[in-house]
Amino acid sequence: MHSPGMRPSGMHSSGLWRPLRRRDYVISARPWRAALYLLTSVPLGAATLLTLVLLAVAGSALAVVLVGLPLLLVLALSGIPLASLERRRLRLVDSTPLADPHREPPGTGLAAWLRTRLQERSTWRELGYALLFATVLWPLEALAVGAMLLVCGGLMTTPAVMAAGGDGEAKVLKLWIADSYPEAFAVLAAGVLLLPVLAYPLGALAAGRAVLTRQLLSVPESGADSRLQELDRSRMRLVDAFEAERRRIERDLHDGAQQRLVALSMTLGLARLEGPAEPLGGLLAKAQGEADVALVEIRELIRGIHPQVLTDRGLPAAVEDIADRSPIPVDVRLDVPGRLLEAVESGVYFAISEALANVAKHSGATRASVRGGVAFGRLAVEVEDDGQGGARLAADGGEAGAADGGEAGAADGGAGGSTGTVGGARVGTGLQGVADRLSVLGGSLLLSSPPGGPTVFRLEVPCPPARSRT
Amino acid sequence: MLRVVLAEDSVLLREGLIGLLERFGHHVVAGVGTAGELTAAVLEHRPDIVVTDVRMPPGFSDEGLQAAVELRERLPGLPVLVLSQYVQRAYAEDLLDSCDGTGVGYLLKERIGHVEEFVGALDRVARGDTVVDPEVVRQLIRHRRDPLARLTAREQEVLALMAEGRSNAAVAAALSVGEGTVSKHFGSILTKLDLSVSDDTNRRVLAVLAYLRG
Repeated sequence: MHSPGMRPSGMHSSGLWRPLRRRDYVISARPWRAALYLLTSVPLGAATLLTLVLLAVAGSALAVVLVGLPLLLVLALSGIPLASLERRRLRLVDSTPLADPHREPPGTGLAAWLRTRLQERSTWRELGYALLFATVLWPLEALAVGAMLLVCGGLMTTPAVMAAGGDGEAKVLKLWIADSYPEAFAVLAAGVLLLPVLAYPLGALAAGRAVLTRQLLSVPESGADSRLQELDRSRMRLVDAFEAERRRIERDLHDGAQQRLVALSMTLGLARLEGPAEPLGGLLAKAQGEADVALVEIRELIRGIHPQVLTDRGLPAAVEDIADRSPIPVDVRLDVPGRLLEAVESGVYFAISEALANVAKHSGATRASVRGGVAFGRLAVEVEDDGQGGARLAADGGEAGAADGGEAGAADGGAGGSTGTVGGARVGTGLQGVADRLSVLGGSLLLSSPPGGPTVFRLEVPCPPARSRT
Repeated sequence: MLRVVLAEDSVLLREGLIGLLERFGHHVVAGVGTAGELTAAVLEHRPDIVVTDVRMPPGFSDEGLQAAVELRERLPGLPVLVLSQYVQRAYAEDLLDSCDGTGVGYLLKERIGHVEEFVGALDRVARGDTVVDPEVVRQLIRHRRDPLARLTAREQEVLALMAEGRSNAAVAAALSVGEGTVSKHFGSILTKLDLSVSDDTNRRVLAVLAYLRG
């Protein structure tokens, strides 16, 4: 799957050689991991070769009677499982995971899967990798690792060979003959000393192999995937533009209508002071009352568009503010160091706001809590209530749909949903908007609400620290 | 007569407020539009009271409030009345934390329209009293709803009016009851909340606010 945070393979590869320059390389686990990486290549490569050959031979032979065609199809797709295994095996020598370049098929079933896979460039790259691996890579690796093992093993087993032979002689690497035990043990010592030296070519070989694997099996930078990245970026730009527009509207209302209404109220207040009590006084008081109501309404409207406290004081203060206004008691514990990106703060704020509004309207809860914090670069927040549960991310029907969600049955809407999607169509407009917004930020939204409660609404968003703000 | 420094970035409102304050016999020694100008004007004129908007240029964040709090640190006891389009507990707390919260006021801007009450609040802040908008008090009371659940509805009303900075007589007038009834309610509030406060009205206000802030 595509992930915007994943670096392309090229930038990463130089890091693979770096451990070799470290002073503790020889005594670390790295040489062993490198050896294991190269050694496991050999049986895997041999098995791949065997499989490819069998599939090709059987497929071609049986193609005449059509039974072979599925076999040839399997052959074409055989790079996929191998690549998946190779990406996992790569973790032995490379701590940065390699992302799966394949797309999610649009539908369920074998046909949709096949169609998607056969159209993907990655599938064919992976087949190429399988061919290269089966014919070139593993024999080379077997040769290199085998040579190293033979040299070291040959040297170190000299005394044993001499003891087994019984004639006081042992051939060392078929090159020369050791004819005394001191000499044999000296050869053994040489073999032991050679081990740490060989750790370096071994490590270099594994690193080179890992770089090659990364190049061949990583997400290609061109074609559909770069279009996806561009889509991601443009979605992000849209959200930013949307955010800027909200702030502009808020500013316009604040500087325009709101100030004029205050001035109007002030003028009416002065007029009431100057004028006679009757008959105008009553009308002036009424007019001022209307102005006051309008001011209250405009204030609520602005809070819904973009709350000032969020801009000024950040997420925890703004969530405390929602809690203060909630009709049921809400306990807030948010541990957020400093300020976050504006889009993150705003997305999370409106998500919590929506969740608490749903709790107050439909859950029958007597109290709720908002808990959360930042860990491993992700902000996770849970909104929990003690209501009767059974809430779901309601189906279509706008606000009314969301309102029915409280009573209507099915639990755990979208709890199995993957990143950023909330069970597709089963989302009411309010929560759908929240889910969409979080998904653009690379976040996710989960709802767990078994009948009888409690209801837990959990959101997670990656949160890079904000640039400094005034 | 009070000598006032007024900071408000909307010219419309600034002019209106100057007219209103002069109408009540106060003198606006400087009317400014940014937080920086506010600080300079206060240091130059040493007014009896500062009236300022929260949100001002250049950042249109809470510069006015920050400037007011800083000025109170430099000139301890400088009375400050802060006006805001939105009342937020967080902003009120900044003000109440400066110089023990004496001589501060925090009101919604629209309270200006109720001219006599507004000027009354200005006088009280200039005297060193604490005036907090009913909207903020409502937020504070919601914030502490668990311990406050022990109070009767009437007692909560009395508490809210007290927290806004009103005297016994003013509370009694607002609720159309006798002053004796109000002090009886207040005594029972103190007992229920384990509060001990003196008879001085403003210290009582501060104690109640401190309790509400938890």
